[in-house]
Amino acid sequence: MADTTPEALQGVVIVAPISTSWLELLARRSEAVVIPFGAFIVGMAIFSLFLLFLGKSPIDLVNLMVKGGFGNWFSIQNSLQRAAPLLLTALCVALPARLGLVVIGGEGAVVLGGVAAAAAAVPLLGAPYVVVIGAMAIAGMAAGGLWIGIVGALRHYRAVNETISSLLMAYIAIALMNHFVEGPLRDPASLNKPSTYPIGKDYMIGNIPGMDVHWGLVAGIVACIVSWVLIEKTAFGFAARIAGGNVRAAQIQGLAVGKLIVGFTALAGAFAGLAGMIEVGAVQGSANASLAAGYGYTGILVAFLARHNPLAIIPVAILLGGIDASGGLIQRRMDLPDATVLVLQGLLFIVILFSETLYGRFKLFNPDLWLRNRQ
Amino acid sequence: MSDSIGLWGVPLAILGGAIRVSTPFIFVSLGETITERSGRINLGLEGTLVFGAMTGYATAVVTGSPWLGILAAACAGILFGLFHGWICKFPKVNDIAIGIALMQFGMGLAFFFGKPFIQPSAPHLPAIPFGWWSSVPQVQAALSVNVLFIIGALLAVALWWAFRNTRVGLIIRVVGDSADAARAMGLNPNTVRLFATAVGGALAAIGGAYLSLYYPGSWTEGISSGQGLMAVALVIFARWNPIGCFAAALLFGGAGALGPALQSVGVTQGYYLFYAAPYVLTLLIMVATASPSRQLAGAPGELSITK
Repeated sequence: MADTTPEALQGVVIVAPISTSWLELLARRSEAVVIPFGAFIVGMAIFSLFLLFLGKSPIDLVNLMVKGGFGNWFSIQNSLQRAAPLLLTALCVALPARLGLVVIGGEGAVVLGGVAAAAAAVPLLGAPYVVVIGAMAIAGMAAGGLWIGIVGALRHYRAVNETISSLLMAYIAIALMNHFVEGPLRDPASLNKPSTYPIGKDYMIGNIPGMDVHWGLVAGIVACIVSWVLIEKTAFGFAARIAGGNVRAAQIQGLAVGKLIVGFTALAGAFAGLAGMIEVGAVQGSANASLAAGYGYTGILVAFLARHNPLAIIPVAILLGGIDASGGLIQRRMDLPDATVLVLQGLLFIVILFSETLYGRFKLFNPDLWLRNRQ
Repeated sequence: MSDSIGLWGVPLAILGGAIRVSTPFIFVSLGETITERSGRINLGLEGTLVFGAMTGYATAVVTGSPWLGILAAACAGILFGLFHGWICKFPKVNDIAIGIALMQFGMGLAFFFGKPFIQPSAPHLPAIPFGWWSSVPQVQAALSVNVLFIIGALLAVALWWAFRNTRVGLIIRVVGDSADAARAMGLNPNTVRLFATAVGGALAAIGGAYLSLYYPGSWTEGISSGQGLMAVALVIFARWNPIGCFAAALLFGGAGALGPALQSVGVTQGYYLFYAAPYVLTLLIMVATASPSRQLAGAPGELSITK
């Protein structure tokens, strides 16, 4: 009898906190899911009002969006294909954001990554497949990493605002691409649409077996998982989160903030550069003006919707890829301009940012408040 | 005739180009100066500018008057500014991120409603021929100055004076330098910033209407090449001084006119690189003027971007 009492007591002590902490954990975690999801719904509702005002049916819109984005296997594959570059360009925003930086010039890294990949592939044509693809990936990531790494370095060592500098760098990158594509790297055979020499069918990145989606999707998902592990599970990521929370505290702790900033921005740029390389290797077959398709800008929205969490980027990118994929269908069936998707994205973006003000306002998500009431 | 002035055509073309290209920069940067002096930054001016370009053009097509177009653009700009000012007063809402979102939203709306106006042509804003004394067409072209440029120049001087000498100017500066000091004076910083952002939006939209109603003088989806964003950097370079903004805008205009001017005399090498000149110039200026160790001279104390 004497022995069982402590055990029974132990049991109580162990069981009780687990059950409440499980509930607590759910309450705390669900805030980060419920608020963005709610904001998404509110954004769609406002857009529905906008459509009603124009005399269009919001129900048609949602139907077409579901049908065009995820209605059948063909449209799902289309959405996944469009999500592939968004996964990588969203990381270009999310990684620096963990350090407190707002980098919005991922488009520049995409474009230069594509040009660098094409430039690396052309002299190597004839070499084994792995060598060419490897060289393209390295060149694309190096170009993108350098581009956004410069933004990070300017931020830390010269206190140049990273938001503006990254955007200026994007414009400069597009001018550089035009220069290379219409000048030194131009294939004289490309008449109407100036392009670099094609890398050729044999060197294109193929599709995932059994699907009509190229390997870029896998690359993007792997990059998101790697980024998540890096941020959440490594000392490097922990240091970055400290620096993102309070630079001075990080410096007092002796963290090399400069190296962290340059490292994270360079990695972010490398991912965007990889998106450009994949665009050349899997879709275009050469570098041309189609590289500047706006993936860098949609990536900003994806990252903010995912609250800069690399794992959350995966479903958000697929969702926005679906919205993007349904754009053509919406345009044709509802007789709306092609900018409809842009308006919707801008609206969702505003509502999501506005929802930031709601964090910590609801008792439901803060167990400290209701637990105390219960006791 | 073009042979008679030879290479003189380049500086002339740059001068004329600088006046033409700088006008939107003047308006956007003056607007942003007012907003930033009140302690807030509106990166969404790029979207406001594009929406202003569309509204101005559409109104001019419908009414036949470019001046009504300017007025309509200004009203649209006020709405965008009020929206930014209102949403930023909520806690934890980041003014820079909201600016990026409004940029995308403004451009999306402009393309959405502007689609039917890509084809029809609108009446242009008038220009004053200051080159009447010369018989050389290049001189006449370079000195044909649009009215908005002159208004912008006068506005720069007026704002410079107003910031120093008027009650409103002082209120904006106090709110921008210390919200606490403003509250102690009985001012509501959020209200002041709301109106400062609205005025900033109106000026940015007028800058956009200039693009569609004078130079290049048509409405297309690629009408803006980032003027709204470059203006934000330009304001920092000009140290939040309206007259400095005017001078910096002229410099940017000149850089923007470099490519076309060189092309007009037959320089074709590296043609696309000259298009990057304004962006490179902006970046270099930001690198040269920013410093990691001290705050910028003349920076409003409440501004998030220089902290």
